[in-house]
Amino acid sequence: MSAIPAALATATGLGGAGALAGVVLPYRLRVPVVGALTAGVGVSGCGAGVAALGGGSWAATFPGVLPLAGTYLAVDALAGLFMAVAGAVVAAVAVYGIGYATGHGAHGLGSRTAQTALPLFALTLVLVPVAASVSTFLVLWELMALASLLLVLAEHAERASVRLAGVWYAVMTHLGLVLLLAGFALFAADAGGESFAALRAGASAVSPTVRGLVFVLTALAFTSKAGAVPLHAWLPRAHPEAPSPVSALMSAAMVNLGIYGLVRTGLDLLGGGPAWWWLGLMAMGGVSAVYGILQAAMTSDLKRLLAYSTSENMGLVLIGVGASGLFAAYGDRLLAALALAAGLLHVVNHAAFKALLFCAAGSVLRATGVRDLDRLGGLRARMPATAGLFAFAALGAVALPPGNGFISEWLLLQSLIHGLQVPGVAVAVVLPLSVALIALSAGIAAAAFVKALGVGFFARPRSEEAAGAKEAPALMLVGMALLGAACAALALVPGLLGDGLDRAVAAVGLPGGGAVSGGALKVRIADLSASLAPLWVVAALTAALMLAIGLPRLYGRRRRRTNARLWDCGGGAPTPRMAYTATSFAEPLQRVFDDVLAPEQDVDVTPVRESAYLVERVRFQRRVPDRIEHRLYEPLLRTIAGTGQAARRLAGGSVHLYLGYGFFGLVVLLLILAVGW
Amino acid sequence: MGLLRKIRDTGRVAEPAPPRPEAEQLPAAREFGGSVQVRCVDAGSCNGCEIEIAAAFNPVYDAERYGARLVASPRHADVALVTGPVTRNMAEPLRRTVAAMPEPRLVVAVGDCAINCGEFSGGYGVEGAVSDVVPVDLQVPGCPPEPGEIVAALRRVTGR
Amino acid sequence: MSAVGYTSVAGQVLVVGGGAPLLTGWMRQIRARLEGRAGAGVLQPWRDLRKLLRKEPITPVGTGPAFRAAPALLVATTVVAAALVPLLSTDTPVRGHADLVLVVALIALGTMALALAGLDTGTAFGGMGASREMTVAALVEPTILLSVFALSIPAGTTNIPAIVSGAVHEPARLTSPAGLLATAALAVAVLAETGRIPVDNPSTHLELTMIHEAMVLEYAGPDLALVELGAQMRLTLLLGLLSSLFVPWGIATSASWTALAVALVLLAAKLCLLGAVLAAAEVFWAKVRLFRVPELIAGSFLLALLAVTASYFLSGAS
Repeated sequence: MSAIPAALATATGLGGAGALAGVVLPYRLRVPVVGALTAGVGVSGCGAGVAALGGGSWAATFPGVLPLAGTYLAVDALAGLFMAVAGAVVAAVAVYGIGYATGHGAHGLGSRTAQTALPLFALTLVLVPVAASVSTFLVLWELMALASLLLVLAEHAERASVRLAGVWYAVMTHLGLVLLLAGFALFAADAGGESFAALRAGASAVSPTVRGLVFVLTALAFTSKAGAVPLHAWLPRAHPEAPSPVSALMSAAMVNLGIYGLVRTGLDLLGGGPAWWWLGLMAMGGVSAVYGILQAAMTSDLKRLLAYSTSENMGLVLIGVGASGLFAAYGDRLLAALALAAGLLHVVNHAAFKALLFCAAGSVLRATGVRDLDRLGGLRARMPATAGLFAFAALGAVALPPGNGFISEWLLLQSLIHGLQVPGVAVAVVLPLSVALIALSAGIAAAAFVKALGVGFFARPRSEEAAGAKEAPALMLVGMALLGAACAALALVPGLLGDGLDRAVAAVGLPGGGAVSGGALKVRIADLSASLAPLWVVAALTAALMLAIGLPRLYGRRRRRTNARLWDCGGGAPTPRMAYTATSFAEPLQRVFDDVLAPEQDVDVTPVRESAYLVERVRFQRRVPDRIEHRLYEPLLRTIAGTGQAARRLAGGSVHLYLGYGFFGLVVLLLILAVGW
Repeated sequence: MGLLRKIRDTGRVAEPAPPRPEAEQLPAAREFGGSVQVRCVDAGSCNGCEIEIAAAFNPVYDAERYGARLVASPRHADVALVTGPVTRNMAEPLRRTVAAMPEPRLVVAVGDCAINCGEFSGGYGVEGAVSDVVPVDLQVPGCPPEPGEIVAALRRVTGR
Repeated sequence: MSAVGYTSVAGQVLVVGGGAPLLTGWMRQIRARLEGRAGAGVLQPWRDLRKLLRKEPITPVGTGPAFRAAPALLVATTVVAAALVPLLSTDTPVRGHADLVLVVALIALGTMALALAGLDTGTAFGGMGASREMTVAALVEPTILLSVFALSIPAGTTNIPAIVSGAVHEPARLTSPAGLLATAALAVAVLAETGRIPVDNPSTHLELTMIHEAMVLEYAGPDLALVELGAQMRLTLLLGLLSSLFVPWGIATSASWTALAVALVLLAAKLCLLGAVLAAAEVFWAKVRLFRVPELIAGSFLLALLAVTASYFLSGAS
């Protein structure tokens, strides 16, 4: 029992010390000390989370800490899961970050601002799930947003695009905050109290309209934080521009908190709701999954690809959470528990492989200075550890065995496939569509990551920067190895998480189904079962591989393997320029989906000065824009700008006008008071 | 249905297999055991030999029944069927193509031009005969050689 | 588990591994006869493999571990999938692991390994083959998984032995509209996955028309033998999967030697029949343009979606 508060207090203390160290220490000492203290925050946060997953819980009130409202803290298994994930990611990435920032000077990630914000960001990541009242939650949420904003802007002096990314991120996260504030305020006003316990108790007294409104407002804010389409626009901008350790933290720990908020509000505080809530969530999840991975398959910027892949995976989690709510709404609580467990397991798996992917991408960026896949290549010979770890994480990202992503996707598919036993026409239509969308996103994810791995790391370097790459320093490799070990553990023995997942699911009121049990995964619904034993799959594949390698050797003549020149069709040495680029790799897929993607093409022909018929130069440019931004954000921004321009006329400059406004306002107010109340 | 009727009415087109060629099977060919993959290289021919090679693989002569098969890459091939005199442009590509083939490999020169430059001997664009560029194991004379002769040469390689 | 069970698993692997070249030879022979040729004989692919194994192994300079490992990985994933799919018997020691989603995923893993090898060569054709292969594989996934969904509804599970033994005891499931639609959808998906006409021509020499071949242009000798064997094994396995799911009679449901022997004979017969039908169909069809392939796959996707909805509405559950 006392492990949790002790761990949380340690985390807070280390976080504060880290922030202080970031402000006070000189550059040489700053980076390692802050990194170590941040890692400490992560470890203690993870410890608290694991203790909560193991059955512990804790609640406390500090009336003095926040003025007027007081601070309420509570830890249950659901909060413990997200704390454990955030803590583990923070610990590994902090070690990686020390190596990343060392030797690059006191700007960017090594600057005072960034190094102060880093432990604070880590601390808020661990503490947000602990908040147990609206004001505590919102204060911690805002602190997290501010700290991450400072970190996203860390390299603002080097590139102009960082500032634009910062603006987008700041605006969208604060828009989310406003929506959260509105939703929670509405909820608290009607439920008669702002602590989560009071909200939970008073939820049944709130009218269905208000409940629906609260859910919509908070869901919009939380899905935006999770990076789900259509409120995802900050994700592909902020992640590439932030320093890679920060991108890893954001993608692997921060977006999870959007899911946490959704589960906490929708399933726990509001206690579930009518089917249309969850159908909307599933629709959002399905669209995010396919749109996100499609954009990832099109882009040739490595970090943008990973950012869009985060969008896709969060879409998959949303499908799980939505399915869970849907099944609960129709009364099948066992199946709802299974779907939620699948979603939560995918959160954990995604955190592991996405953090590793971003760290490997950061390693490449640091070694070459280049994010563009079309200019990378040949890195497996120059950076073998990074390439191997990236390949391992990519196996998890494409959701194929023996990776860890396959297990959670399998569980999700099982919950959807068995979901047809739930009555309802909506269910019968939505579930097959969800399965189809999950399958499509898995297929396109395979294409996207084959592109990232094959074009970025294999064959020969396409530019001088790639040719001059060197392996990352030791601390970065240690951080990545820790994440790799986590991925391997999740891939081989996911059953270790089983009891924890059950408790987390039970914390929102759904009965733990015992879906994930030690070693093998067993799914038991009614009296049917499906099971998946990852260890067995790995063992079988290894045995088959030995067979496939050994048999030809037995049969063949014992000839020595020769190194031959690449078959270049005889015409001359193939230059790296002849190899397929990421853009060309994605072209067939882009053609198939060009109604959805609407690529913009620009051909610029410059004729020779003397004659219009002789061409001097042709310039071809093709862009795949983010169509949702094009259709949704740009008109909205134009309207707002237009309204703003029109409103300028209200401030005409004439004193008579202003006096008139005052008089008019007073008259209206008096009328209302006389007639209304 | 029209195609089905045509198949039924046409029946077997392949002519009965002529007797095995009397000449001895090449020693390297014993390794192949009845399976030979062939890569055709046009080193500068007038395409007359190409037409006859295509005829050798058509349903009438059906060289496939003796175990020979055309493939797309020299890495997959055992035998290079080279036609034409080797022009200056094709000399290096021909060497690279044959070098890309894994051992054991054979080079078969098809047609008079491949054997001794034939009609084009002495031309300014001609580097030489195939044997001047790569070692040749088997020759099929003729301008162009009949498909039956090409098939007989392939049968010496496959042994079927 | 009993000896019969272990023998069934070993038998399945042997049938798929050893019988795949025979099936390919049989299919080539059928095509040859329909085209009026004499054909090379059913044993020709075996001779090809034997010769390739004895040739010189070559590693092109500039390729890496992905290129070296892909052929073995391709064969390994197919071997594991062959052990899992109940081709001969549903009563095997691995029946608890035989999940249909897992088998589909293992096949996709093999495809991915080969695509990475194509990119690892750094040649234009390797990249082109990889790009096209991954596009087709991405588009086929929804069809396959929806067919899995449709098949699992009457059985209530995605465990293949359970689906197969359920179908053996209740044949009406297979002749229902849902069963027929799922058969059609899965058949088109198998054609796309194995790279047969009309999606891809396995015997083309024109690189710009290649999908699968373009990725393997750089392989030679024993590596090429493994790649060719892997492709043939995948075809055999997927045809076997189709026959297990839609024509399950003859598969041993109990652990007895006679049942196993009968299953072996019937499996050989089913594979020969399916192979003959496919080979004959290939004589009549032409390969479609690469950018028309998505239309074909979208059609099969609609069939699979109809199969699921039909299965749901007609099974009376509402």
